[in-house]
Amino acid sequence: ELPPSHFSAARAAAVAVGYLRYLRGGPGRGLELRELRRARRQDISDVGHKYYLELELEDVSDKDRTVNCTAEVLYHLGNKTSAPDVQVTVQGELRSTEEADKQFYNWIRSLEKELVAENIPDSHGNVPPELEPIHLLAWVASGYVIWQNSTENTKFHLAQVKHVKQVKRSDEDLQFDFVVLLHEMVSQEVLPWEVTLLWHPQRGARVSQ
Amino acid sequence: MRLPVLLAALVAVATCTETFVGHQVLRVVPQSDEELQKVQELQDLEHLQLDFWLAPRGLGLPVDIRVPFRSLQAVKAHLEATGVSYSIMIKDVQALLDEEQREMLRSSRQLTLDTNTFNYEAYHTIDEIYNFIDLLVAENPNLVSKLEIGRSTENRPLYVLKFSTGGTNRPAIWIDTGIHSREWVTQASGVWFAKKIVEDHANNEGVASILETVDIFLEIVTNPDGFAYTHTKNRLWRKTRSKHSGAICVGVDPNRNWDAGFGDAGASGNSCSETYHGPYPNSEPEVKSIVDFVKSHGNIKAFISIHSYSQLLLYPYGYTETPVPNQQELHELSAKAVAALSSLYGTKYKYGSIITTIYRASGSTVDWTYNQGIKYSFTFELRDTGRYGFLLPASQIVPTAEETWLALKVIMEHARDNSY
Repeated sequence: ELPPSHFSAARAAAVAVGYLRYLRGGPGRGLELRELRRARRQDISDVGHKYYLELELEDVSDKDRTVNCTAEVLYHLGNKTSAPDVQVTVQGELRSTEEADKQFYNWIRSLEKELVAENIPDSHGNVPPELEPIHLLAWVASGYVIWQNSTENTKFHLAQVKHVKQVKRSDEDLQFDFVVLLHEMVSQEVLPWEVTLLWHPQRGARVSQ
Repeated sequence: MRLPVLLAALVAVATCTETFVGHQVLRVVPQSDEELQKVQELQDLEHLQLDFWLAPRGLGLPVDIRVPFRSLQAVKAHLEATGVSYSIMIKDVQALLDEEQREMLRSSRQLTLDTNTFNYEAYHTIDEIYNFIDLLVAENPNLVSKLEIGRSTENRPLYVLKFSTGGTNRPAIWIDTGIHSREWVTQASGVWFAKKIVEDHANNEGVASILETVDIFLEIVTNPDGFAYTHTKNRLWRKTRSKHSGAICVGVDPNRNWDAGFGDAGASGNSCSETYHGPYPNSEPEVKSIVDFVKSHGNIKAFISIHSYSQLLLYPYGYTETPVPNQQELHELSAKAVAALSSLYGTKYKYGSIITTIYRASGSTVDWTYNQGIKYSFTFELRDTGRYGFLLPASQIVPTAEETWLALKVIMEHARDNSY
């Protein structure tokens, strides 16, 4: 059992949130950790360290609504190039974003010129309302990067979307090429990362390799 | 006369739809009837879309014409064909408009004239904050004074505000904000704290009772070089801006430069790292000036260093797992302070020692101050928990400052009531 204020619990929680954002996030849904309620750690010899977490999350678009979930995060022993194994179980339903997703999808598809934006948020923390869905898709993309690159000695957050460029496709997916700045808490470094995200209202998001 | 008015009108238009890229303003001074006629002819050529700022009036009187880019060639050819000389008054109208726009924005950020009209809900530049400091002192000369405790690497003054109702070398509380320059909500909160102290004193409430027996020192821009850099070059700059011989990169982490576990695990010896501890303890004037101040004052009872983000209240140590002797007391005090903070907007904080709550860190501020005997040494990490991180929206400045102030008061009161 770990005190929820212990840093290792917080780091594992950040991985779980990144993973969940990748899986369930979208232009109309941004999940944020409201509270880490409980944390347990299990050392599995020859395998790694496994964290069992109870999390309370909130949807940034609907802050009065919280959702509870449990997560398991397994950091593999020694192997630095392997992403942690994560499982998350959401209790109850997440608010449907079908309408907002459709609107966003149609808006982007209707643009004559491919969308380009920089510095989201800007220096003063502002995000123009029409770019908030792009901001949330950056969370999805960076959620993937965070999940894939985390270890017990790192804690990543998306600091800023430095640049985003939409790339028109012949299929039905939307494609966004991001340059995101990730803040790593332990080293305090700000690391730029290029990540391409494909998104479709029904099919969801995936990072293109 | 007309130029600024016309420019202003163009600015208004330019901000909406039109662009004046490449447009030029030509001046012709017709010297003969023939020349005057040639210029007047231009007025009839509607397809050229000329805009006469000064219409032809007579010989020897200037004619100013704004010429759209695509008509430039035609107009110049027309004038040159008859030997009418012209000069180019404005080479690119749009460039001038842009510069005007910038100037307007700059001047609208005029330095405020008093601390009641100062905008606490916005982020400010170093000049604006230093101006605020002078205003606060001028408005409250019996309570507030400004001390210069040193100069930064780039020779910026390091100012500390002293709030005191009198006495000689009274026990004191120290608060600093902005030691890491990218943590903008902290400097902004420091400004709010300064005003709050003055207000409480005037209304005889809040910290007024504390000020009866205790002094408060507040350093708002603890890392001015870094702060200026975040405004001009890199919003996410953290360190100082010093360049030490042999170091490849610029800047030392001012929160790893203190003489407590200096150079141990929890800091980097690489100058390019965000946690570079520097060549030796107190190498940074921003740090040395505080060290000198604390030592010469000799009566500081609580020391609070404010950072963002993560929503944590931390006490020593960061450089060792050995708990501090009064760990129990600090832990309980933290619980009280955090409860007070949460009571306002429900903001959740975690608390504990640096090394167990956030990470191992050596050479940090409050480890040094604690080892100097300042029993109540704390570090805050303010809002938020990562949603905006360092780029916290300005709308959250005042709520953050308000809730943090409640926690600070708990600590200050405890320090006052438990004298040592």
